[in-house]
Amino acid sequence: MLKDRTNTLYIRTPEGIIFSMLLAGPVTRFLAWGIDLACISVASSIIGTALIIFSIVSLDLAQALTALSFFIISIGYGIAAEWYWRGQTIGKKLLKLRVMDVQGLRLHFSQIMIRNLLRFVDSLPIFYFVGGVACLMSSRSQRLGDIAANTIVVRNPKIAEPDLKQILAGKYNSLRDYPYLSARLRQKVTPQEASIALQALLRRDELEPQARIELFEQIAAHFRTIVEFPEEAVQGITDEQYIRNVVDVVFKSH
Amino acid sequence: MIINLQKFIKNENKYWKELEGILGKFEREPDMQMTIEQVKRFHYLYQRTSASLAKLMTYSAEPEIHQYLETLTARAYGNIHEIRKQPHRLYVLKWFFQTLPQTFRRQVKAFYLSTAITMIGVIFGGFAVSFDPDSKAIILPFQHLQGSPSERVAEEELRVDDRLQGVKMRGATWYMTHNTKVSIFVMALGITWGFGTIVMLFYNGIILGAVTLDYILATQTKFLMAWLMPHGVIEIPAVLLAGQAGLVLAGALIGWGRRSSLRMRMREISTDLITLIFGVGIMFVWAGFVESFISQYHEPILPYSFKIGLGIVEFSLLILFLSRAGRKEEKEDA
Repeated sequence: MLKDRTNTLYIRTPEGIIFSMLLAGPVTRFLAWGIDLACISVASSIIGTALIIFSIVSLDLAQALTALSFFIISIGYGIAAEWYWRGQTIGKKLLKLRVMDVQGLRLHFSQIMIRNLLRFVDSLPIFYFVGGVACLMSSRSQRLGDIAANTIVVRNPKIAEPDLKQILAGKYNSLRDYPYLSARLRQKVTPQEASIALQALLRRDELEPQARIELFEQIAAHFRTIVEFPEEAVQGITDEQYIRNVVDVVFKSH
Repeated sequence: MIINLQKFIKNENKYWKELEGILGKFEREPDMQMTIEQVKRFHYLYQRTSASLAKLMTYSAEPEIHQYLETLTARAYGNIHEIRKQPHRLYVLKWFFQTLPQTFRRQVKAFYLSTAITMIGVIFGGFAVSFDPDSKAIILPFQHLQGSPSERVAEEELRVDDRLQGVKMRGATWYMTHNTKVSIFVMALGITWGFGTIVMLFYNGIILGAVTLDYILATQTKFLMAWLMPHGVIEIPAVLLAGQAGLVLAGALIGWGRRSSLRMRMREISTDLITLIFGVGIMFVWAGFVESFISQYHEPILPYSFKIGLGIVEFSLLILFLSRAGRKEEKEDA
């Protein structure tokens, strides 16, 4: 089962389109739960303090309401938050996690209820041990509550935009003088190839001088085979500058 | 194939924004009804956006656009391909008087099983106490049940003061919350292929059987009935309903003789599980109040005939409710 584990769930629509969702691992989920637990404690304390006012009428009533409010908050917090914020609690929001239907369909209230009620088993014996083990064993990182509710927890990390200005600013790009060839380059370069070129530029200062020359020589040689620019466009520029120009063309379309 | 990416994004952006607007409206107003033209337009926009995503899929540029389109496609896909009925509004009375009893009857086999397991526990507990009175110390977890029933009855019947003065509300809350937690646990343990649910029901039956036989053997049957019946006739069936929910969950997990996938089976029972567990919660609220305000008082404060009579009335109403409520609508729907 473990070998089938993946951190990405792909959903293929009947139209043949595939979209992907990154699955959240047990550690991130545990941290989100920790934040939620803190929220529950704070909310219970605030409400408990506010309910002291009922002790004017009856101490018994005030204590009963405090116990009842703690019970409702501890069970209802996850359900209410995930329903109101469409699969997110405060902890999940902070860690950019979201509960989703396993087939990408709309999350139903009954699914939210089931996954939250099954926490009673997942949290056994302490600190979500059962849920954590189930998460590690599951190919979709599902705890028992997720399996019963047909849900998954995905993460939506914010893609950090590369600081292109830092590596490209103020440089003349001879490849841009050939817009049709530039367009073809954008078309032909795969995301993986583009990423290699970009990472090489971003980490160039970490390389030894000789390694840096060799690396850019290899990458430039590869990109030259993808689209061939006229001699005058590439004459006199280093391999590193060539890659800089390629990244400029690929990532900066406007 | 995209020749000019910038132009492509500029041209398609208005369709993406339109789709985003419709999806936002969907999410803000779950009751929104669309005309056939609006539905067609929504479908067209979804397909167009999906096509844009497919075109950009192999493109290395514009990672943010790619992610934006993936999210948009995922949201639209969730709405377009959803075939389950979305319960937009909850009608509390309809739910209580129709949905709950109908669900109970639909899953009644699991209830019978839950009752049978508990009854086996009752018999076991009864036998254990009648053959080995010392086993009470192991079987019964509550200190006040381990003494002699006759002594307890004599002690209780001497009381004329309100010993629960000032703690009744707290007591009622404790009964409600504790029993509800235990019941959720019984239901949730269905995920252990029903093993945990069966153990909990069996153990609950053992306690019930041990206490019952202990009081019957001590010729305190009347006290026992007056003590347990007012709240027990609701509380015990509530535990059985929680067991029913747990066994329904286990049944879906195991899927005996069913060809549908685990996901489908879980989808089919999810609403029933929630209905049953909400019903259990309501039953415990009632039982909690009764246990705190009535059950704990004995003769001479409250006559046994009143308490037993109340128990009989409650039990009759519960049977009537679970077996008859919502039948007319059930037939009409059929």
